[in-house]
Amino acid sequence: MRFELMYESFFKIIEGIPLTLQVVSISTVLGLALAIIVALMRISGKKSMSIPAYYFVYLIRGTPLLLQLYFVYYGLGQFSFIRESILWPILKEPYWCGIITLTISTGAYSSEIIRGGILSVSKNFIEASGALGLNKIKTFLLITLPITVRQALPAYGNELILMVKASSLISIITLMEITGIARTIISKTYAPVEIFLVAGSIYLIINFIIVLAVGLAERKLGTVKAN
Amino acid sequence: MFEVFSFGASGWGDEMLMGTLMTVLVSASSLFLGILIGIIFAACKLSNIFILRIIANTYTTIIRGIPELLVIYLLFFGGSGAVMYIAKIFGYDGYIELNAFTIGTIAVGAISGAYSTEVIRGAVNSVHKGQFEAGKTLGLNGYGLYGKVIFPQVARIALPGIGNVWQITLKDTALISVTGLVEIMRQSRIAAGSTHEPFIFYTAAIILYLVITRLSNILFDKAENTYSKGFVSKGVL
Repeated sequence: MRFELMYESFFKIIEGIPLTLQVVSISTVLGLALAIIVALMRISGKKSMSIPAYYFVYLIRGTPLLLQLYFVYYGLGQFSFIRESILWPILKEPYWCGIITLTISTGAYSSEIIRGGILSVSKNFIEASGALGLNKIKTFLLITLPITVRQALPAYGNELILMVKASSLISIITLMEITGIARTIISKTYAPVEIFLVAGSIYLIINFIIVLAVGLAERKLGTVKAN
Repeated sequence: MFEVFSFGASGWGDEMLMGTLMTVLVSASSLFLGILIGIIFAACKLSNIFILRIIANTYTTIIRGIPELLVIYLLFFGGSGAVMYIAKIFGYDGYIELNAFTIGTIAVGAISGAYSTEVIRGAVNSVHKGQFEAGKTLGLNGYGLYGKVIFPQVARIALPGIGNVWQITLKDTALISVTGLVEIMRQSRIAAGSTHEPFIFYTAAIILYLVITRLSNILFDKAENTYSKGFVSKGVL
């Protein structure tokens, strides 16, 4: 075990933390908005809405994230109409391709979590809210949404951890975040075990903080009694 | 547009098909290895021995908290070294290089094993205590109790969970394309680079993954139905 190398590489690898966190947080926020739209489409009861949403989720959950990343980064650039469109300045950047892919991916996975959360809201609450004279939109915003947030929180915490792990894939399209830097050091020093321990610990610490934060939020929001 | 998928030397059809077979093969062997690991570590998690529980919990925490890509890099760059180190203890001093298939199977198997551990542990826990007691009362122990009474019940309960692990494992094998194993992902990259048609080949890869997913879903559903005979009567739920 080369401890000096571990010490040196630690300071190099932590330089990748801001990029990892940046990509994860931007795509989590965008992905959450997408997930809410997709979840509402799925439970809308209208076939023209629920069927596209179903197939979108099926497509994203059935294919590897790496393939989706290649598809966005290399596949879309093949067409001249995309290269000439106003989207090209965004689509040619690996940074934005990474964010787009992660947004779409977490949007699909989280939409299932949110859908489960919305469906878990007891009918009694909805009826009670109707009896109190609240309209559909107010019922959703004031009753369904807060309960959904609480119910979906544990599963969403897992999704956040999966996002941190998934963000490592953007290193393959040349972005130097934690895994990208770790890989470069491994190929230079040929010390896979040492670098794995350093980079792995950094990921474990990030994920541990997420677990603590989600646990805190869960306690703060209390529990929902269905009856 | 579709002539790029013709079979033979001019097209990529046969290569893509071989890549698909490789994906299925490496996924299946990883799942199998993962289940073996899962059985061992689930036993550790359920044992009364403190140190075994610590080891098993450390393993699942690490795998579930660290990106799969890092695990693959660790084994890709360090796998041969580790094997040579172990071989040296046993007196073999030569050079050993593991091929991409072996490394990929071990890496994805190790990842898959962490998920299988939780599935199997949950399944063992959900077997009623009375089954253990009844088995012991009948004088069964060891293989008789666990192999003949508990295992068939665990297998039935664990099957849907293992189906989920299979999906995760199948998708994780795309990551070993970075080590050079020619499966769907790697093959479509090679073809995309050579023909300058990335869109078509990545679309083909998406379809191939969806087909594998669909077919394996059908197989798992069939297996679930077979093994739940006598437990679930259709139309009740």
